[in-house]
Amino acid sequence: MTTQETIKQTFNFSVNGQPQTVHSYPMKRLLDVIREDLTLTGTKEGCGEGECGACTVFMDGLLILSCMTPICQVQGLDITTIEGLADSTGLHPIQDAFYEEGGAQCGICTPGMIMAAAHYLEHPDSAENMGEALAGNQCRCTGYTRIFASVEKAFEAVGKPLPE
Amino acid sequence: MRSYLPDYPVINPTSLDEALEVLAAKSNIKPLAGGTDIMVYMDTGVFPASTLLNLYSIQDFSKTPEFSDGHLKLNPLSTYQHARTDQAIVNAFPLLAIAAKEISVLAVQSRATWIGNVANASPAADGVPALMAYDAMLKLSSKDGQREVPLHQFYQGYKQMDLQPNELITEIQLPPLDPGWKDYYRKVGTRRFQAISKTLLAGRIKLNEGRVIEDIRLVFASVAPYTLRAVQTESVLRSRPLTPEIIDEAAQAIQDEISPIDDIRSTETYRRQVTTNLIRDFLNSNLTK
Amino acid sequence: MHIPRKEEEIVKRTISRNDDFRVLQHNIKRPEGIDKVTGKAIYIDDLQTENHLYGKTIRSTVAHGILKNIHFKDGIPWDEFVIVTAKDIPGKNVVTLIEDDQPYLCEREIMHKAEPLALIAHEDKHLVEKALNYVEVEVEELPAIFSIEDSQQNKVTLQQSNLTNEFHVGLKEISEDVWTECDQIIEGTYETGAQEQLYIETQGIIGQVDFDGDAIKKVSVWGSMQCPFYIVKALMPLFDVEETQVRVVQTETGGGFGGKEEYPNILSGHAALLSWKAGGRPVRMIYDRQEDLWATTKRHPSKITIKTGFKSDGTLHAMDIDLNLNAGGYITLTPLVLSRALLHCWGPYRCANTSANARAWLTNSIPFGAFRGFGTPQAVFAMELHINKCAAELNIDPAELRRKNLLQYGDTMPTGQVMDEKIDLDFLLDRSLEKSDYVNRRQQIEQFNQSQKSSGGLKRRGIGLCMNFHGGTFAGSGETHMNSHVAMTLDAKGHVDILAGQVEYGQGTITTFVQIASEVLGIPVEWISKHQPDTDVVPDSGPTVASRTTIVVGKMVERCSQALLKKLSEVGLNKDYTANEFQQAAQAYHNKHNELLYVKVKFEAPPDQLEWNEETYEGAAYAAYTWKCDILEVEVDLVDYSAKCDKFISVVECGRVLNPIIAAGQIEGGNAQALGFGLYEDTVLQEGGMANNQYTNYIIPTTADIPEMDIEFIEFPYLDYGPYAAKGIGELPIDAPAAAVAAAVAHAMGNHFICDIPILPEKIMVVAEQAEGI
Repeated sequence: MTTQETIKQTFNFSVNGQPQTVHSYPMKRLLDVIREDLTLTGTKEGCGEGECGACTVFMDGLLILSCMTPICQVQGLDITTIEGLADSTGLHPIQDAFYEEGGAQCGICTPGMIMAAAHYLEHPDSAENMGEALAGNQCRCTGYTRIFASVEKAFEAVGKPLPE
Repeated sequence: MRSYLPDYPVINPTSLDEALEVLAAKSNIKPLAGGTDIMVYMDTGVFPASTLLNLYSIQDFSKTPEFSDGHLKLNPLSTYQHARTDQAIVNAFPLLAIAAKEISVLAVQSRATWIGNVANASPAADGVPALMAYDAMLKLSSKDGQREVPLHQFYQGYKQMDLQPNELITEIQLPPLDPGWKDYYRKVGTRRFQAISKTLLAGRIKLNEGRVIEDIRLVFASVAPYTLRAVQTESVLRSRPLTPEIIDEAAQAIQDEISPIDDIRSTETYRRQVTTNLIRDFLNSNLTK
Repeated sequence: MHIPRKEEEIVKRTISRNDDFRVLQHNIKRPEGIDKVTGKAIYIDDLQTENHLYGKTIRSTVAHGILKNIHFKDGIPWDEFVIVTAKDIPGKNVVTLIEDDQPYLCEREIMHKAEPLALIAHEDKHLVEKALNYVEVEVEELPAIFSIEDSQQNKVTLQQSNLTNEFHVGLKEISEDVWTECDQIIEGTYETGAQEQLYIETQGIIGQVDFDGDAIKKVSVWGSMQCPFYIVKALMPLFDVEETQVRVVQTETGGGFGGKEEYPNILSGHAALLSWKAGGRPVRMIYDRQEDLWATTKRHPSKITIKTGFKSDGTLHAMDIDLNLNAGGYITLTPLVLSRALLHCWGPYRCANTSANARAWLTNSIPFGAFRGFGTPQAVFAMELHINKCAAELNIDPAELRRKNLLQYGDTMPTGQVMDEKIDLDFLLDRSLEKSDYVNRRQQIEQFNQSQKSSGGLKRRGIGLCMNFHGGTFAGSGETHMNSHVAMTLDAKGHVDILAGQVEYGQGTITTFVQIASEVLGIPVEWISKHQPDTDVVPDSGPTVASRTTIVVGKMVERCSQALLKKLSEVGLNKDYTANEFQQAAQAYHNKHNELLYVKVKFEAPPDQLEWNEETYEGAAYAAYTWKCDILEVEVDLVDYSAKCDKFISVVECGRVLNPIIAAGQIEGGNAQALGFGLYEDTVLQEGGMANNQYTNYIIPTTADIPEMDIEFIEFPYLDYGPYAAKGIGELPIDAPAAAVAAAVAHAMGNHFICDIPILPEKIMVVAEQAEGI
């Protein structure tokens, strides 16, 4: 077991503004560090192979998949998860819109979907349109129409035009 | 995550020299860039036990690609996202931006690297065909020095590369483009985004005033054991006038050059037929102009 | 068989109309919605446990054989592991469901790939994964069969007979005389694949056994599931314990679609067995995606042959339907799936002579099981595509062929059930045609295709139309047998808690129940909650399946609310009370009785319910039917042969809509899943096992593949069977769009029909390259 221990390394980074130090296997997924070491269980695993988008978080503002990111590459970076999306006063406009418009059904894809939608709201030029912006986040319940409606509503709420 | 994490130590070099030292001194080292392929292999439990060389920790690599005097240099941490957002690249090498958009989705494009796509050597790679169509040159570095290999000569068989264990791909260089080329890129997957290609054509053509094909590039994914530049078919077309008859000839020639297979994603028949259709679509679109 | 339609005024209402409801028909937000959008909702893998082990399953890699031995090879500290094999099982090694054919762990004969053979657990989650690679299973392979045809031809006989069930409806056979009365006879065979539910949350259960000395005190499981009481019934014989010794708790469930109807029985047994063997330590068994795809049930593949005879004016005169399902290696819920398929296979049409036969066949494929629609999507795909094919052959517009044959109020269905709902399917059709601008679009599309052909263009478009019905609730007298209960508690502050075994898994159970109770009780929705399904606390209100939650259990919530008001009238609650007075009454009740007010009601069949004969398959099959018409358009690209749906409208009749957003969300979600069934989703079965068992290789539509859908609800007057005249809608939407999209592709391809789904580009290619004039 000693060789196993020796490959562990110490990583410093922040999650939702809080500094964190984790001693871990370096190839442990950021997803598992968030969920197990930090018990922030809002970030979900749907596939483990970078397809479903349920584990989407921000890393230094970039939209990334936490199941595709080993903790050794998070050293010194800032992570934002669903738990840190809104400020303490309430819901992020995307969260509010998903709540109002029925964008969440079973809810398992919702945290990842909301992270991708929030990124799109912030960077509407990052994709050709909403369909592309959310194509990495799969939902099996809604058929996406309520999700489109939610995102449209959030753009309206913050006074941004939704790209065609 | 099916892989046993204690089987994967990681070395975090802070400089390129240090990384090359590690590659020279140790065996069974796997460079780790954006991790978007390696993490999938680890998740499914098929990645052999090895020591990873974390390129993220190297300060020498500016993540943004270098673009000057028409030359583009992509370094080991240049991602697809850079190729979509850097307007200079979008203007100068439009196929890169088009290809980048077709690779998975935004949350992967932010981490997946061009060099990683080359080094993974998947026949279905979406980025490699665009690079190859632009005559990309690879810079391979080792402790002993550097060498350059044209990308279209880099692959030698399924997952076989002209790359020594002590070498790292440190740069992809794209030469400045002549004016007058027309580009084509079409990926065929089962859905619009987030799909593995069943066939793909990255094509470029340069026609002279008399509609004669001065030069042409035809690069395909998923129809051979590695990214295929169809040099035979190119030579059928080169220096000949672009006519419906020659398009038929090219459609015929490509059939001898590709070697697609049946797998869980598609069939050989489909890949053959659609590959032909792609060539026709590409050439026809230039016929009418 | 046709009874003339009564000339009665049929009232049509759309969703925009509000009756004077205070809460119903309003878009009440999901009570659990905030937790879902903030990531606070607790799914099974989010539930924290201490001192737990991680459990894994050793599975068969062969499809049929005799299990000889399991070797645990060197290289793993096996003495640190908990290992369970069939011989350890304390009670009966049978997964309780319909038949006793499926073991929790294989004892001798392996029936399919991925069959569970043994269980292992360890506290190191990575080591337990690694250990699976150090297990070698010794098997004597036996010949195996995988297709319906091989099973029918008895190439290998499994169990006692390959034929698991056979049901029949209508005429024994259609006589030659009847066929000769027909002017045109059209036949077709239709096949559907093993669609995967692909809930985004994989299957997961945490099991824990408590001991009293050496004896089992309590077997508890928590997890992602649709039917907590199925699990209670499954765990009792496994551990040979009483009902009170089993506790099942549903955690937030990330989608189910039927996939979490019966499979969690097995997984619960496995997790509990490991915990029992480990002396009571909690055992976490959360499947990763590969294992979930590899091991769990999918939709039954089907092969359906339909022969129809028409009169020269397009009247449907005879229908002969031969329906076959592939059951897989064990029977699971197959008889019920088969029955439901049969009871939907004739479509919403009147036909003087109908004969329908349904059979299910054992193979050495993975066992197929429940999936939203439960046999209906297969049956509807076949019939609806067949009607489109007939329209093409009869050279009649598919909408008009349907109009000539639509079922009418007062008609008798092949089961003998008289349609006593005042349905108006002509209106449903008209509204759909109008909404989609069908007539013009069809013409424009045909012109577009002509001009594409003449100019060498590589795009083709098509429009497809389908109609269907879905029978809500269990078939026949199933609900009476189920004997469901619903209870409520009221505390001194006026808070009402609804107790029922129904689960929320996205479809809106909590919201619907809270809305109904709020409407009856006249108190704000915020004062009402629905208790988490915990079998120690809530009564068995039956499984969360079969579109029965709203219509059956919702009705019981209504009645339970009324019973609660009756109790409160004892402490002086007057007729026209305010919410404040309700609170005061709640306080008064507690002052008087010094206990939580608890009321409970049991299912009551409507007094006028017709008999259903289980033996002859005659009578009222379902208490209520819902209706739908889908019209969609596709564009086919002749470079890559892809078909993309880019316009989609549905008009839906599902009784009164209690919550428009939730109802529309059900329809849109079902439509999308059905588009996947029709166009994209291909479970590649190799020797009966899923070869493409990675998320990346099972293609479901994303945001970029699905058009924004336009849903409209209409309402037929309806007997008050469900709460406030509502019906269920969970399954209705998934039945027909696969046929609609196949019909649209056929329209685009010059009436060349592809009759097996999914219609992958590879299939369109064959038609495009071989057929004339495309």
